[in-house]
Amino acid sequence: MTPSVRLQEMIRVIRSARTQGEERGIIQRECADIRAQFRQGDNGERSHSLAKLLYVHMLGYPAHFGQMECVRLIASPRYSEKRIGYLGAMMLLDEKQDASLLITNSIKNDLSHSSQYVQSLALCTLACMGSAEMCRDLAPEIERLLRASNSYIKKKATLCAVHIIKKVPELAELFTPSARTLLSEKNHGVLHGAVVLITELCKRNPDTLDQFRKAVPELVQIMKGLVTSSYSPEHNVAGISDPFLQVRILRLLRILGHNNDTASDAMNDLLAQVATNTDSSKTAGSAVLYETVLTIMDINSESGLRVLAVNILGRFLLNNDRNIRYISMTSLQKIVQTDHNAVQRHRGTIVDCLKDQDTSVKRRALELSLALVSAVNIRSMMKELLIFLSFCPPELRSQTASGIFNAAERYSPSKRWHIDTILHVLTTAGGDVRDETVPNLIQLITTASELHCYTVHKLYRALVKDIAQSLVQVACWCIGEYGDLLLKGECEEIEPMQVTEDDVLDALETVLQSHMSSPATRGFALTATMKLSTRITDNVDRIRSIVSIYGSCIDLELQQRAVEYNALFKKYDHMRAAVLERMPVMDKNLPGHTNGDTPGEIKEPDTSKPKPVEAGLLSEPASQVCDLLDLLGGTDTPLQPSPAPTSTPTTTSSADLLDLLGGLEPTPVPTVSVYEKNGLSLKIQCDKQTETEVTVSLIASNSTQNDITNFTLQAAVPKSVQLQMKAPSGNVIPAHGLGQVTQTVLLNNPNKASLKMRIRVSYSNQGAMHQDTVLIDSFPSTACQPSISPL
Amino acid sequence: MMHFLLLFSRQGKLRLQKWFLPLPERERKKIVKDMTTMVLSRKPRTCNFLHWKDLKIVYKRYASLYFCCALENKDNELLALEILHRYVELLDKYFGNVCELDIIFNFEKAYFILDEFLMGGEIQETSKQSIAKSVEASDMLQETMEEYMSKPAF
Repeated sequence: MTPSVRLQEMIRVIRSARTQGEERGIIQRECADIRAQFRQGDNGERSHSLAKLLYVHMLGYPAHFGQMECVRLIASPRYSEKRIGYLGAMMLLDEKQDASLLITNSIKNDLSHSSQYVQSLALCTLACMGSAEMCRDLAPEIERLLRASNSYIKKKATLCAVHIIKKVPELAELFTPSARTLLSEKNHGVLHGAVVLITELCKRNPDTLDQFRKAVPELVQIMKGLVTSSYSPEHNVAGISDPFLQVRILRLLRILGHNNDTASDAMNDLLAQVATNTDSSKTAGSAVLYETVLTIMDINSESGLRVLAVNILGRFLLNNDRNIRYISMTSLQKIVQTDHNAVQRHRGTIVDCLKDQDTSVKRRALELSLALVSAVNIRSMMKELLIFLSFCPPELRSQTASGIFNAAERYSPSKRWHIDTILHVLTTAGGDVRDETVPNLIQLITTASELHCYTVHKLYRALVKDIAQSLVQVACWCIGEYGDLLLKGECEEIEPMQVTEDDVLDALETVLQSHMSSPATRGFALTATMKLSTRITDNVDRIRSIVSIYGSCIDLELQQRAVEYNALFKKYDHMRAAVLERMPVMDKNLPGHTNGDTPGEIKEPDTSKPKPVEAGLLSEPASQVCDLLDLLGGTDTPLQPSPAPTSTPTTTSSADLLDLLGGLEPTPVPTVSVYEKNGLSLKIQCDKQTETEVTVSLIASNSTQNDITNFTLQAAVPKSVQLQMKAPSGNVIPAHGLGQVTQTVLLNNPNKASLKMRIRVSYSNQGAMHQDTVLIDSFPSTACQPSISPL
Repeated sequence: MMHFLLLFSRQGKLRLQKWFLPLPERERKKIVKDMTTMVLSRKPRTCNFLHWKDLKIVYKRYASLYFCCALENKDNELLALEILHRYVELLDKYFGNVCELDIIFNFEKAYFILDEFLMGGEIQETSKQSIAKSVEASDMLQETMEEYMSKPAF
């Protein structure tokens, strides 16, 4: 059998194997053959064996035993053996193998070989797999070849130099002088290599970059030559003269013109010429135009040129070729920040691309659409995006959802629209939203207090139909929080639907029992059920039984909650209402807000309430505290001095607290006198706001002949009660009962402890300082008729 | 710079692999598998560009072979399509109406042609005729030597 067909015969045999096992058998036989061949030494058959081995390697079988053979063949004087040897080196050896070092010497010799084809083999192999040491060794040779050889070798040496610089950046200086002169070559191959080399040099070293800026006119000249040249059959591709070289030069011009006005000016004309004259009906022309657009956008070009570039991209958007549409969207994405208005003009086309069949195009269109959303177009864009969300491929869903949320947060025209949008996303793609959506949405709902009724109705309806976890969690929270609004039935913005307490409890129980509910969701549902116990009237027993069932649940979190809620029902029933009252509006910046835990946690309301008291305490001078503590007989109830009339007393959260809890009209209550002495009389008036809040007004009047001056009141309450004193109306009480001083005190009694208050009055009358104390024993929660025991 | 160039059939069989970066064998095998899976699962009328890790993948199907290459971020994808097309033209010129079987049975020649066209991940020659002439000359050199040694090529 003649050797010429031996390789092809082997390939045929391997291909005819019907099973993988059969193929393996054949390969094993052949490899044994090859190994035997290698051991035999030089007999003219080695190159065939190596060729066979390379085929076997390509099929995926191990071929490392051929590495040494490559080294030997490379050293052979025969061209055919060298050729296959170098090919084998490129395929089997890489810089990590030790054997690769062994070929350095052969390469060195071959670089000075008389035949340029042998030289080219060496250059090619070095550029493909040369390690750093090899490059260091051979760099001077390459540099010599760069300068003094024919164009065939020059072009290869140039690219070899590029590889060397990548491996050993310090050698860049070695090649810089020759690179400049190469630009004057006529051969396109050498020219192309030179441009690549200069690009690489400029990337590594900003000084070299400055140096090569002087070459801009020369590059512009070369480009002009290419663009305006007549038809050259050698380099022509679809009417463009050497698009490969054109693109490379444009890329280099981009680097040279970036952030440099002189260089950018020098290329303005050329870029305009290329942009207008290049025919983009075929890919080659589009490639050149694309590179031109990138260059225009990256240098300091004049605005007319930039507009031209964006228009080209806009034209690309309308192109039939999907590749070109994809490319244009990628480029528009890069410039949407800087040239926002220009890109906005093409918004319609971009939004249309959302409906394209190709996923890559869809992805680009989505990113671009999200970048184009602004306050002006938010409504129409959101409509398109929501439609897209319903039909988009699953891998894009979560990105779309988060993009929609971001856009809605920044540009939503109204709270209701915002809530509607988020609900829509949750119902369409609830499974793909991120976890922090839930607390964010809840926070948003609490701030939109006028929409509570509307929100809870919508969420209830969604809950009945859907099971996406995020949606269910938000719905449970809202039902728990605003269940009373749900049961009221009417809501102006939505069709009326009669919801009974049983319906609501059914819905929550379904969530609790469903297999689909995650433990976190069940936690939400349980807390919501518990909260409803204070907001509904008829089915409290049902809630009690639900809660007690979960007291023996396997899940630790649920069990703990159920046990605590049970305790609320049994031992602490009097506290239940206070504990489960409405949450205040959540401030987004509060720490611990976005930790993903259920915000329905009981502990939360307390964190906002102690704040006003603490603020007051901090401003209290220390000496006064000691004094008052003595007076109060060693108890450590903090005494709060009445603040000066000009100070601003409260923090906003406290005020909100009262707002949310309010709604009850204060019924007029009688004034009760608590102190009468020396003509000064003190009356108190209770306004009960809710079950735990009391507003006490202290009214002082003077029946003596003289004015009472420097009148101040101080008050102390038991530890569990929070006290806040508002500024008095004045500190002078006119004589003869002609005027009064009123001071309001806000008491907050969440634990419903028995209310007591000690009041100390101090004033001057006729030049003498007076001080006295009154203890008010109890303020019964219903009647607010205090019983007094003066000290 | 191109990171690699792969040719594989519709069944995922590798016909040519050119690596312009040093990568261990295991890594190369994994990349080949990823590429074949990704490209073969693309629907017919989608665009020819993909994203994979931080590389741009450009692929084109010619008859029964997929040509697939990986580019860096700065590279021009449309130009890469032209590069792949140019390579196919070179093969076509050399083999005369090239088909997959030509590349299977003469894979080493396909490599030689590629090595005259691309080097270190960049284009080394933009003229078709020039490349054809060099490959022809190298073949002649080989044959002449073989004739001298009175032994034919592989």
